[in-house]
Amino acid sequence: MSSSSDPTVRQTPAVAATGETTDAILATTQLTKKFGGLTAVDGVDFTVEKGEIRCLIGPNGAGKSTLLELITGQLRPTEGEIYFDGQDLTDLEPHERIDTGLSVKFQSPHVYENLSVEQNLQIPLQRTDRDMASVLAETLEQISLTDKAETTAGDLSHGQQQRLEIGMAITLDPTLMLLDEPVAGMSVEETRAVAELIESLHDGGMAFVVVEHDMEFVRKISDQVTVLNQGQIFRQGPIEEIESDDAVRRIYLGENA
Amino acid sequence: MSETTAARDTVDRIRAKLEGPNTYGNSKLFWVGFAVVVAAFAAFPLTTDPYTVLQSSRYLAFAFLGLSLCFIWGYAGVLSFGQVAFFGVAAYTFGIIGINFGSATGVTAAFIGAVLVGTLFAAVLGYFMFYGGVRDVYVTIITLVVALVLNTFLAQTAGSEWAVGDARLGGFNGMTGIPDFTLGFGQTAFVFEATTFYYALLVMLVATYLGLRVLVNSNFGMTMVAIREDESRTATFGYNVPFVKLVVFTIGGALAAAGGVFYAAWGNFIDPTVFGIAFAALPVIWVSVGGRESLIGAIGATFLIERLRTDLSGGIGPLAPEWAQVVVGGLLLAVIMFMPAGVVPELDKRIKQQIAKRTGQSPSPTAAEEAGD
Repeated sequence: MSSSSDPTVRQTPAVAATGETTDAILATTQLTKKFGGLTAVDGVDFTVEKGEIRCLIGPNGAGKSTLLELITGQLRPTEGEIYFDGQDLTDLEPHERIDTGLSVKFQSPHVYENLSVEQNLQIPLQRTDRDMASVLAETLEQISLTDKAETTAGDLSHGQQQRLEIGMAITLDPTLMLLDEPVAGMSVEETRAVAELIESLHDGGMAFVVVEHDMEFVRKISDQVTVLNQGQIFRQGPIEEIESDDAVRRIYLGENA
Repeated sequence: MSETTAARDTVDRIRAKLEGPNTYGNSKLFWVGFAVVVAAFAAFPLTTDPYTVLQSSRYLAFAFLGLSLCFIWGYAGVLSFGQVAFFGVAAYTFGIIGINFGSATGVTAAFIGAVLVGTLFAAVLGYFMFYGGVRDVYVTIITLVVALVLNTFLAQTAGSEWAVGDARLGGFNGMTGIPDFTLGFGQTAFVFEATTFYYALLVMLVATYLGLRVLVNSNFGMTMVAIREDESRTATFGYNVPFVKLVVFTIGGALAAAGGVFYAAWGNFIDPTVFGIAFAALPVIWVSVGGRESLIGAIGATFLIERLRTDLSGGIGPLAPEWAQVVVGGLLLAVIMFMPAGVVPELDKRIKQQIAKRTGQSPSPTAAEEAGD
């Protein structure tokens, strides 16, 4: 699925804030989603570089989940385009977008409760050409569930189910992972383990878009942070800048910036 | 490498394809038992008269219908009340082609054509349902309605104008004169009657069962289970869910169609009751009782329940034949209330619990001896 060899695929337009063409894995142009009178996502130019870890933060109702759902294809945009690795996703069904190298882990654990941990991993894994036995063993290790391979997924703790979900998303060997609140409900050690996992995958070249509220986690893993408010990109930059920005603090407390 | 090791390797390789988490019976004991049962079925015609053998062939034909529902419902979660529609359409098609082209080649073509028509019908219905976004209970309703519409339509085809060539549809009296199951080309032909028909169906049923075992234990089978367990989640992994359901439904249609041809050839007759609510509910009862997620359970339950219905149809003592329906309905209620997963899954669970209890309670050799009698 190389984008450059397919003449029907448009190349990524220049969308970086500076106006230069960038090596972006994900780029949205003036992405907008309206639900009747409500504008959930408003003219968003969201760009993620290849191999970058970008955290997406913002108060509830800012449009973070809507933005993710537009990228995965569960929602159709009112306006704007989404480019993944140079390819326009507009005409692709949600299941076709996964084949481009995108992988998603949703907010609430949605594992196959009646199946074993191993079977849960097998389901996404069998879509790839990767060697099943070795990838299963490797993934189980990465998510620290090796001794739970035969356990029924419904019997796992919440944190373990979250890790399993991350594992399932990893088996597809994606170029970009969308994680919606990956450490919600996790203990301190589990959060640290997930941060380490993300970092080791990042070392291997995987890019991430992570929606999270846990600021310490965000601080640990991010390259850049994008702040969304009322459907628009409010601020973007390294976590230290964002955290010290009064305006950002104010939007979280409910006052309009 | 010695011959026995090579043989054992082959057996292991074959077993690896046939066994897996999606089927019951993955032990040597199961296969030995299976072989014994098949041998018993093979020996059956030698122990009884041709009439009884002929009656039993009906159960073999029905088993294909049971398997078709078990496959799509137990494994992919698609509850269809309309498998009888494909069964019946294939039966009528076999009659239409077979009556018009009575030669051996003609009847062989009728068999192939009828299965193709039934399968195609399933594919078209499946396409409109699954690509139209029809889900869950609405699939059940639509498939039932399709069967009932066919029932109503065919019941009023009594007039002589309702004929395809020489084959009169016959209205609610049905189509008569349907030929026996025949395979052949030109001069070489074999007409299957009574005993040979029984053996032909037995062989095809065993082959179909084994083939389905391989399929459900493959990656495709895992995909079906994933869709059954959580359809939208499975789509997020890149699976084209409507397409997979269409393929599954089409395979189910082919199985039901084969059963329909065998049924029509068995009785040399087919009528609109095959599309009626009473018959449409039967596969659901067979599969629910046998174990929705068990292929062998579906086959076994089909045999036992149909045998029961036949035995009860003469009445038992004071009970009139109509009570057969009540007994079967009661059986379904009892199973759903007390063993909702069905007989085979429940048995499997109980056996595993017993084994776990015995191995769990044996810290010392003496206790193990006591428990393992």
